[in-house]
Amino acid sequence: MARLNVVQAINLALRQEMRKDKRLIVLGEDVGKSGGVFRATDGLQEEFGEDRVVDTPLSEVGIVGTSIGLAVNGMRPVAEIQFSGFLYSAYDQITTHAARIRTRSRGRFTCPIVIRSPYGGGVRALELHCESQEAILAHTPGIKVVIPSRPYDAKGLLISAIRDPDPVVFLEPMRVYRAIKEEVPEEEYTVPLGKADVIKKGTDLTVISWGAMMKYTREALEKADYNAEIIDVRTISPLDSETIINSVKKTGRCLIVHEAPRTCGFGAEIIAQINEKAFLHLEAPVERVTGFDVPFPMYKLENYYLPDERRILKGVEKVMKF
Amino acid sequence: MYLLMLRIRKFEEKVVELYPAQDMRSPVHLYIGHEAIATGVCLNLRKDDYVSSNHRGHGHCIAKGMDMRLMLAEFYGKKTGYCKGKGGSMHLVDPENGVLGTSAIVGGGLPLAVGAALASVMQGNERVSVAFFGDGAVDEGSFHESLNFASLKKLPVVFVCENNFYATNSHQSARHSNNDIACLAEGYMMPSVCVDGNDVITVFETARNAINRARSGKGPTFMECRTYRWKAHVGPDCDVEKGCRPREELDQWVKRCPVKRFRELLLDENVLPESEMLELARQVDEEIEEAVIFAKNSPLPSPTELYEDVY
Ligand SMILES: Cc1ncc(C[n+]2csc(CCOP(=O)(O)OP(=O)(O)O)c2C)c(N)n1
Ligand SMILES: [Mg+2]
Repeated sequence: MARLNVVQAINLALRQEMRKDKRLIVLGEDVGKSGGVFRATDGLQEEFGEDRVVDTPLSEVGIVGTSIGLAVNGMRPVAEIQFSGFLYSAYDQITTHAARIRTRSRGRFTCPIVIRSPYGGGVRALELHCESQEAILAHTPGIKVVIPSRPYDAKGLLISAIRDPDPVVFLEPMRVYRAIKEEVPEEEYTVPLGKADVIKKGTDLTVISWGAMMKYTREALEKADYNAEIIDVRTISPLDSETIINSVKKTGRCLIVHEAPRTCGFGAEIIAQINEKAFLHLEAPVERVTGFDVPFPMYKLENYYLPDERRILKGVEKVMKF
Repeated sequence: MYLLMLRIRKFEEKVVELYPAQDMRSPVHLYIGHEAIATGVCLNLRKDDYVSSNHRGHGHCIAKGMDMRLMLAEFYGKKTGYCKGKGGSMHLVDPENGVLGTSAIVGGGLPLAVGAALASVMQGNERVSVAFFGDGAVDEGSFHESLNFASLKKLPVVFVCENNFYATNSHQSARHSNNDIACLAEGYMMPSVCVDGNDVITVFETARNAINRARSGKGPTFMECRTYRWKAHVGPDCDVEKGCRPREELDQWVKRCPVKRFRELLLDENVLPESEMLELARQVDEEIEEAVIFAKNSPLPSPTELYEDVY
């Protein structure tokens, strides 16, 4: 078994699935000859040729729209959008077509596309290169939204996403692209979509996060005085409510950490579900540590924008001391 | 004209020099190689005319009269910068000088220029809008939508496409079914020309006609200006070593350096003696040094400013 980072795990998943399934093609801006902005598709064009690893024009609407057409007609496109901030124009195609094709055709068509895109802040990029849009996407019925937080899951979830019959937006946390290395099996395996991961059992409170924030939340909790149960959501939509509700029923306290803006962030949905299904088990109001309701700021203010150890531990205290 | 070209070149060279220290907080897309275009176009504009710019926008901003001190301060993420240290190199905006914004979204600036032009018509203020964008923007739908609407409504817009033949590492021929960009614009029924973007006089004269035409209510014009970027797509290094582009191609274009060509013309025609050129260079160096000191000595924004200017 090799120790891989998230980018390498994604590359491996694509490579192995492409070898197995001739219908699979990769397309996007600079994905072929250059191997992608973050090198996630490095070497794929050499192995699979220009017909299956396609450098497209600089057009996100075209990339996603064409992928939908490919998918509906029996291919398995994996599209790359260079940064998730460039998804907005293509969001039109996602929501008006990809998300509805199964429903519109009453199940006669499915739309097995995967849209991969690096997302999130913390890499000293600028506005529009730091967006976290999981909540917007989750608000679109018909789209699955998947966010790995570490190399092992990145490979297993991507393989599941590729094999899934429905459209999946696969958001890759840029900040931990290379920051985490772990053992990733060479052989193929899947991590199921729609299943959260209890990464640590605990009794005092439930802490829920996803994406890059997972790493920082975990690290912060090592310094907390409480025994937290930590959940990595992994699939934002469809959400694994069961795992979350069971945990909150057990601990009675819950903290959610995400870097997207607070208002209508995905944390709000989780809180709503806890209220619906575990209200009488709560010992304290559910707390959120989140980004702020502002466009993503650069450099100095980025440090304040992103939840950090101090804010996470403060959130823990608030939940525990209620 | 020479002063402005020199200012842009030297400003960018200063960024190249300072960047490795890693205290500049913004990624930068450098304008070196394109100087004749911003210069030739913007010298024909009034202060209140509009410019919408793109990620490679430093040249447009300087040419439109923006302050290099506030630009550099923004690159350093300082409170005194054009976006109060919250935006960075790709998001410079300056209403005072008619700069609508430098868009990080490829193709994002074109509709803005068209809308501003429509507003100018409705307000009867004879302001002209110029949209600067690269060959990459031609791939996006917003390019086509903008040209169509501007032509339909005969709006006072000048579309300036800086064709440097690459979008990041993708060559134009790998992206465009028709490599003649100017010809696309003809399809939208507007006058369209392709010029040598490294020849500042040609750019200037073409832009003058286009801008006059726009101002007199005759509608949009399209200019494709062929040029070449000398540095990597982003950052201060050169990308030919990494195999992104052929070294010979860059060498060919460096020989056609827009600044050098104009300098030689001025000398050959005895317009500006060497001594005065040196004096101008010294003056520009001084301005830039001052800008660096200003930027470095400016304060960083404080957390309380996070929520400012949202609503
Ligand atoms: C909508 C969108 N897609 C992709 C990008 C990433 N990107 C930034 S600049 C660029 C290439 C732009 O090429 P061009 O317009 O020719 O300008 P140049 O960099 O050559 O000056 C790309 C792909 C982006 N900023 N916005
Ligand atoms: Mg270009």
